[in-house]
Parts: sequence; structure tokens; C-alpha cells
Amino acid sequence: MVPLSCYLVLSGTLFACGVVGFLIKRNIITIFMSIELMLNGANLSFVAFAAQWKALSGQIFVFFVMVVAAAEAAVGLAIIIAIFRTRETLNVDRVNLLKL
Amino acid sequence: MNGSLAMVPQATDYLRVLPEIVLSIFGMAIMFADPLLKERPPRTLGTLALLGSLLALAATWVQAQYPGFAFWNMVRVDAFSVFFHFLIVAVTAVVILTSFEYMEVEGIRAGEYYGLILLGAVGMSLMSSAVELVLIFLALEISSIATYILAGFRRRAAISSEASLKYFLLGSFATAFFLYGVALMFGATGSTSIQVIGAALSSFEVPALAYAGIALMFVGLAFKVAAAPFHIWTPDVYEGAPAPVVGFMSTAPKAAVFAVLLRLMFEAHAPGRIGLIWVVAALSMTLGNLGALVQNNVKRLLAYSSIAHAGYLLVAFAAVPDSGIPAAMFYAASYAAMNVGAFAVVSHFSNAGERYVKIEDYSGLSSSSPLLAAILTVFLLSLIGIPITGGFIAKFYVFSAALQSNLVGLVILGVLNSAVAAYYYLRVIVVMYMREPRGEVPVSAVPAGMGAAMAVSLAATIYLGVLPGRVLDYAGRAVAEWLH
Repeated sequence: MVPLSCYLVLSGTLFACGVVGFLIKRNIITIFMSIELMLNGANLSFVAFAAQWKALSGQIFVFFVMVVAAAEAAVGLAIIIAIFRTRETLNVDRVNLLKL
Repeated sequence: MNGSLAMVPQATDYLRVLPEIVLSIFGMAIMFADPLLKERPPRTLGTLALLGSLLALAATWVQAQYPGFAFWNMVRVDAFSVFFHFLIVAVTAVVILTSFEYMEVEGIRAGEYYGLILLGAVGMSLMSSAVELVLIFLALEISSIATYILAGFRRRAAISSEASLKYFLLGSFATAFFLYGVALMFGATGSTSIQVIGAALSSFEVPALAYAGIALMFVGLAFKVAAAPFHIWTPDVYEGAPAPVVGFMSTAPKAAVFAVLLRLMFEAHAPGRIGLIWVVAALSMTLGNLGALVQNNVKRLLAYSSIAHAGYLLVAFAAVPDSGIPAAMFYAASYAAMNVGAFAVVSHFSNAGERYVKIEDYSGLSSSSPLLAAILTVFLLSLIGIPITGGFIAKFYVFSAALQSNLVGLVILGVLNSAVAAYYYLRVIVVMYMREPRGEVPVSAVPAGMGAAMAVSLAATIYLGVLPGRVLDYAGRAVAEWLH
């Protein structure tokens, strides 16, 4: 049987990849995919811990997270289309009317 | 979650989420009605939304008669949650009133705006009564997704969709941190119920995983309340989003997230609370106030001010629960009253396309519209924390709670910050009263809905400043009922 730590390392790595992708990527769609990667990292932890604690609830939470991620994707893509219509670019560096 | 309980919800379960049910029904009804009404008079759906929020206020009263747990310990109705329900629903009603004029001036006919405000309020009120991390996550997302869309509602204005994008990307980034924190907490304790987690963290040695879980959840929630160092998005989003929406999202979701943070910090016995809060509160107060000093745009100024206020509020979190929690609750209420009011004035004054949002545009407002200038002055004085306004009492109780807990350093920092803050709020007042009016800025008459919204916020700000006793008593009783 694969030990719990392996799952946790994998989920931590997925999450970290998402964070790094979010920070260094410049294309809005890629940034958005990085966020999904972070959510999936968290999902993997949930499933692994659910097996560890013999608690089915952890696996059910993953379904909730997937539904939320889908809702977020729907809204996110709509916002990205609105941005593309007004700015004609998907590069976050050029979406810069508001000074940071 | 317990298999031993009967798996059929009881009638009282539904009564304990009655405000959420009322808000959802009205929210969805508006969403359905919007495409069906062809030649709709512009205010029909807004009025319906206002009716929904007022009914939800009544539903909050009904809910308060049935304290206890609902839906298998996922929801807890107590005086604490009722306080935040009342606050959030009242803010929703006032924001709907301020939106009537804005939507007409901007020529936005979409009724789903009101639907989204109500559905967002569902998430926020659910957050204040949820005692289950996964339910909190769902409620947080319901409220966040609604506000992401609302931030971009001036769809044709490039800055509005940009604000929406920034809010969406950074907000989802923060949500992912929160979720990972929940997963680690589940791993550390085997449960996502705040009660069970609290028992686990106070009975045996705290596992390292729980520290990581709390830290990640805190990062996620600190993003949502715009506490430094997670505040970068705030000025941009507040500048680009429609003014009434900013009034909404700087108060109601923040109050809801603070309610979650209070449950998490005090009921779940979060380890390492004081150190964590100390740093974040000190950074938020300082960075918020320093940032506000150099702003020329009123919306950006209020954005930095909201970062600073999140800092003041967090000071109460470092204090002992018996004095800290009531102080935090009172602060959330008085901040909501004065900030919604300030944004109502900003939204009325900004005119079509939000053209007049610079501080110089307010020159001589006292002679062109003395009443508007006076109202804005009261809100700004309250934000400074001048006596007889809610802002003063709120700051006073937060700092005295912190002093009782020997947080002298943090209190000194807070008082110094309040002095710095007085400068930039007074700058706006000086511009309004001491400068000559600029002819090209039109000041239109205040319509009834907007007037009512301003009057309610003004009354609440003054009431909390002059007669804070009842609210403070209520908050104190709520905490006693919750923790003892």
C-alpha cells in the first residue's frame, strides 16, 4: 500500500506548482489553470486524509470542491471574455489601467 | 455528519436558515424574472430585491427565536450569528437603495445585479452561522463569486472588467489557500467541524499539521478582508468596481469573514493566535494609512482606509475573548454603517461614468450642496474616530480590550496610526469646506432611495456613537452565550 506521506508530498507539490504558476505566468488562462491545480492539490489531500482517518466525509468534500471549481470556471471565463473584449489581450501585464 | 442522527431535516432546521432561504428565493426569482420582463420599468426588480432583503430582516428575527444547531451541527444559530445576520442583511438593503440611482445614471438595465447582491448576501449570512469548514468554504465561494461578477458590472468600462479580473484571480488564489488549510486541518484532527477541531486542539498536543492548516486558512481569509500583507488587490478593485458595489463588498463580506475568523480563532482554539494577529494587524494599520496619504482618488483613499480599518479590527482578535470579541463585533457594525454611508455619497457624487471621484472634484461642496457635504463629513469624522460617532466608540473598545490583554505595543501603534489617518480624512473635509467650488462639477438633487440609504447609515453611525450601550450589551451577551 502506498503510504500517506507519498500522497501528501504529491498534493503539496501540485499545490506548489499552482502557486508558482500563478506567480510567474503571464497569460490569464494559464494563471487560471494554475488556480485549478491548487484546488486539485487540496482535493488530493482530502482524499488521502479521508483514507487515513477512515472518514468518508473527506471524499464527499472533494465533490463539493469540484462543483465550486466549475462554478468558478464559468464566472472566470466570462470575466476573461469581458477583458478580452475591452483590451484585446490576455497578457496580465497589459491589463494595467489601474496602477498597482 | 453523524450517521447516528436521523437523516431527515426537522422543521426547526429550516427555521434556523430562514433568512438564507428568503434571500435565495428572492435572488432566484429576480434571476428568472429578468429575462421574462420585456419592457420592464427599471426599478421593478430593484424594489423586489429591497422587499426580499427587508423580509430577510424579519426572517432573522424569526431565526433568532430558535437558537441551536441545525443540519447535523453544520449551522449554529446563536446571538453571535444573529448579530452578523442582521448586520449583513441591513447592509444589503441599504446597498440596494443606493444602487437605484447608480443603475439609472449608468444606464445598466440588468436585473441580475440585484439578484447577485441577494445571492451574495446568502453566502455571507451563511458564513456567520456555519460552524463546519466545508460549509464555510461553500458559503465563502457563494459570496465571492457573486462579488466577482458585481465588481465587473460596468461591463463597457475597461477599468471595471479589469477590477473584476484582478478580484477574481487573487480571490480564487486566496480561496485555494483556504481550502488547502481546511484539508490539512482535516488531516490533523479528522474532522472539519469547528467544535470537534476545538476539542482536539485543546485536549492533546497540537500537531504541526494544525499549525500549517491554521496558517493557510488565515492567509485565505486575510485576503478576503484585505489585511496586509494580502491587501494588494484592494485599491485597484475598489477603484474599478461600481461605487455601490464597493460599499457592499467593503462591509458585508468583510463582516462575514470576520465572523468566520472569530469562530476559528476562539472556538477552534487556533494555535499561535496572538503572534499571527499582532503582525498582521500592525502591518495592515501601518500600510493602509501610509498608502492612503498619497491618494487623489476618493475610492482609492477609502480602499486604503478599509485596509487600515481591517487592521484596527484585527487588534481585537489578539485580545482576550471576553472583551475582544464584543469589541470586534461592534467595530464591524460601526464600520459597516459609516463605510456604506461614505460610499453612498461617493456614488451619488461620482455621476455618469464615475467621472468625479478625485478629491479636487469635491472642492466647495459645502456651498454647492451643504447637506451632502455635511453628511460626508460625519462619515469621515466617524472613520477618523471622533467622539459621538460610531467610529470613536468602536476604536475605544478595541483598544481598551487590547490594553486589558497587555498588548501595549499594538495599542500605541494603533493610536499613532489613527493620528496619521486623521490627516487624509481631514484633507477631504478641508477641500469641501475651504476651497472655491469648481463650476464644471454638477451636483444633482439626491433621489429618495439614495436619501433613505444615507439617512439610515447616518442614523446608525450616530446611534452607535451616542447610545452604544444596547449593541455592546447584546454583543457581550452573545459572547457569554457562545463561549461559556
